[in-house]
Amino acid sequence: MSNQNNEEFLVQVKNCRQSYPKDNNSDLIVLDDVNLNLKSGEIVGLLGRSGSGKSTLLRIISGLLPPTSGEVLWKGKQLSGPAPGIAMVFQSFALFPWLTVQDNVQLGLEAKGTPRKQQEELAEDAIDLIGLGGYEKAYPKELSGGMRQRVGLARALVVHPDLLLMDEPFSALDVLTAENLRTDLIKLWVEKKLPVQSILIVTHSIEEAVLMCDRLLIFSSNPGKVVHELNVTFPHPRNREDPAFRQLVDRIYTLMTHREKVPPVPDNPASVKSVAEGFTAIPLLPMNLMTGMAETLMAAPYHGKADLPKLAATLQLELDDLLPIGEALQTLNFADMAEGDITLTDLGKQFVDSEIEDRKSIFRQGVIKNVPLIRAIRNVLDERWNHRASAERFRDELEDTMSPDYARQTLSTIIGWARYAEIFDFDEESDQFFLDEDDKTIR
Amino acid sequence: MSKAGVPASVSARAKPNFFDIITIILIIALGVFIASATRHVLQPIAVSGESSISLDPSNLPWYALRTTLRMFAALFASLIFTFTYAVLAAKSRRAEMVLIPILDILQSVPILGFLTFTVVFFMGLFPGKILGAELAAIFTIFTSQAWNMAFSMYQSIKTIPSDMSEAASGFGLTGWQRFWRLEVPAAIPGLVSNMMMSMSGGWFMIVYSETITVGETEITLPGIGSYVGTAIEQRNIFAVFYAIIAMLLVILAYDQLLFRPLVSWSSKFRLETTKSESDPVPWLVRMVHRTRFLRWAGDKITEWIYRFGGLPIGRRSFSVKTPLIPSRTADILWFALLGLIAIISVFYIYRSINGLLTFSEILYSIELGFLTLLRVIAMIVLASLIWVPAGIWLGLKPVWARRAQIIAQFMAAFPANLFYPFFVVGIVHFHLNSDIWLTPLMILGTQWYILFNVIGGASAFPGDLREAVKNFNIKGRLWWFKVMLPAICPYYVTGALTACGGAWNASIASELAKWGDTTLVAEGLGAYIAQATIAGDTIKVGLGIVVMSTFVILFNRLVWHPLYNFAQRRLTFS
Repeated sequence: MSNQNNEEFLVQVKNCRQSYPKDNNSDLIVLDDVNLNLKSGEIVGLLGRSGSGKSTLLRIISGLLPPTSGEVLWKGKQLSGPAPGIAMVFQSFALFPWLTVQDNVQLGLEAKGTPRKQQEELAEDAIDLIGLGGYEKAYPKELSGGMRQRVGLARALVVHPDLLLMDEPFSALDVLTAENLRTDLIKLWVEKKLPVQSILIVTHSIEEAVLMCDRLLIFSSNPGKVVHELNVTFPHPRNREDPAFRQLVDRIYTLMTHREKVPPVPDNPASVKSVAEGFTAIPLLPMNLMTGMAETLMAAPYHGKADLPKLAATLQLELDDLLPIGEALQTLNFADMAEGDITLTDLGKQFVDSEIEDRKSIFRQGVIKNVPLIRAIRNVLDERWNHRASAERFRDELEDTMSPDYARQTLSTIIGWARYAEIFDFDEESDQFFLDEDDKTIR
Repeated sequence: MSKAGVPASVSARAKPNFFDIITIILIIALGVFIASATRHVLQPIAVSGESSISLDPSNLPWYALRTTLRMFAALFASLIFTFTYAVLAAKSRRAEMVLIPILDILQSVPILGFLTFTVVFFMGLFPGKILGAELAAIFTIFTSQAWNMAFSMYQSIKTIPSDMSEAASGFGLTGWQRFWRLEVPAAIPGLVSNMMMSMSGGWFMIVYSETITVGETEITLPGIGSYVGTAIEQRNIFAVFYAIIAMLLVILAYDQLLFRPLVSWSSKFRLETTKSESDPVPWLVRMVHRTRFLRWAGDKITEWIYRFGGLPIGRRSFSVKTPLIPSRTADILWFALLGLIAIISVFYIYRSINGLLTFSEILYSIELGFLTLLRVIAMIVLASLIWVPAGIWLGLKPVWARRAQIIAQFMAAFPANLFYPFFVVGIVHFHLNSDIWLTPLMILGTQWYILFNVIGGASAFPGDLREAVKNFNIKGRLWWFKVMLPAICPYYVTGALTACGGAWNASIASELAKWGDTTLVAEGLGAYIAQATIAGDTIKVGLGIVVMSTFVILFNRLVWHPLYNFAQRRLTFS
């Protein structure tokens, strides 16, 4: 690549990889071989599920986190720490509760050593621009969530950054407030009133991404990787009900629910050991959420088949809530997700139509067959004379392939499933799995 | 913040009003007092000898002021310690490995045990000067205040939310700016509440820190503590009573003039983002708000402090996490150094005590430790049997709960050892068995922790659960064992844990009591340490303290921590 090409880009991410060392041989890979070029004058969205490493990438670009390997160029130069031309807006706002709105906004200027007089002028400009005029002397505690995020925005904009990084900036806000803030931001961007050249936004909401961005990078999870890149060419302001808009949203759903090749599960328990290495992370999915979803799909107006974007809109569920439920139903062969649709299988329909004991029996068979972790734990419990086994060992095994957080979530979910299906029980005090009298009779 | 550079408004604001005059007079009086007290301190010992304590109550205001000043000095020293020791521990991984365990142990050492060692040290530093005795007294109080303050600062810095830390780095704050803009503010609420706790410990020490014995000479520093000491010596029960009243007023003044405003101010540094219901603004704060000049000066000072914190001193942090794994060789060298120091220390200790300390002496002190342990457990059980039902009863009545909690908190802050003489007079008069009847003294001050925590727990009992209890008509045994006791358990454990630590410390003061020439002794480790202190037997004091600290640490680790964890995990509403 020639030198001129380099200078055209604000940010260039080359072959970035982020991993955390584990105590055993394998590393936990969060981001794998990511490339990204960011030009002036565009809003780029990083879209993916939780655990896809998109926030990690944002922190690498901000200079807060050095990549394990690969390089990040900022205006053609190697990035070696927080750069002056990059400012960040946080999901949790990250405001200092003991500073007033104005002091919060001035913080970045003060750190830069801007003269006091100029600090005050710049802060006033930013505060007025973002619609906070009159709130200068208020403390963050006194403000609503939407106003707090405006402070976060003003604090980032006041330093006139070339690049504005936004880490799920609207996901801690309610639907109406988020919409209001998004619209205001886009309006300022279109009118070229924002003192920034480019915006990079992390989101897990497909509609938000299509509404705001000129370009989208779609991430896959475990490890995080850019799997698709899309251009969004609709003019602002964009209309959610526009057929072309809907079509693009549908297409992204299809891309994101693309079924990955899963190795066939052997039926004989003898091969459990080899499968044990392949425990996958399961998000927090209580039983009633899965049953509720299956029942909703079965009932009118869906009658067994639903369009995912519409379902998400009706149920007010974000991508991060909806897809895991669908995938879990898919794992149990209760449902099928393809082309942006979710369809109940015959087994799924049978599950919904059954009474409680039959449901349990259907669920039990599905879980034993398709969730290697539950099968492995049950096998160990059957072998033990006292039918008890420490959870520690399984937690360790899970942490070989996932972060401790995911390991905890996974265990919590499978305990819920196993209790429902009466496969085994869990004793929190002693941190042990065990079989109670009812469980033992079931095979 | 006030707008600088607007002369007209400034001059209008700065015009003194009535409240200014009162407050300024008070400040000048304070200055005069400090000046005269300092002059007194620099006198040689002979001039202000032990005879200078007079039991005439008219002297008490002067003594009270001296004591108050001593407390301030110690508090100031504790703050300096906190801002250096705790910050170093929080910032340096290698320092942390050593400093935090040390702090943990210092926290568990009964503070009365420090007395002998500090006195010897400071009197050696300034021989023949009151200043030495004064410093020894201040340092003794310091040992009762500093550890938990430092610990709270360390914990606050370590638990700063990662997003705020990232925001600070992202905007390129220097180390200095980060410290004053982020770390200190985040630590303030914890620090203030720990300062209040520390003060109660300090008041307890007052009685012992103001009378200093070095070899043959006894130096008595003017103060409430030495006043009480003299009263006990002269068997004057009325003087003890006057001292209690003086102490009551001093603690009230401290609370109203210092801590109420501090607590109200510190609430703005709380990290939670929701606006919590605010307590009423203390009267002193309201009064200062009404002044003109003081308020203007206050704003100016605040602004200067704010700018001082914003000075671009130090290096910018370039990344939150340094990717470099800390160099192994440096670690090895560090561990080698620590190991060497440990070996030298062991050798030194062995050489110092060799031949002076017999094995049977150690066994004897451990045996005494079990006796005191028995007393502590018996007293905690007794106090729980009384205060848990009382606390639940009070806590469930919202009107009573608030008032009772304030009283109990005040009682916990009050130095219980001022009341000891009344008990001792009773024991002497009725010829009671001191092994048994001295025992309640050790729980006298710390029982209140159980009470106010239980009240807090009972008043936090959720309203919907209360309705459910009524709806299902749950009464009697079931109500106690299935509803209320589990509900208050986390609070009770916190209270009992604090009470237990305090009881160990108080045992040194309570197992050996004097009234004039009469000395009452309850056999136990506390009396052992107290007797060794009086005899000036440093080795036995050291042995006693080591054994007692071990008991305290083991008891905490084996009983309180598991209980606390269990209660937090299983018995909290969340």
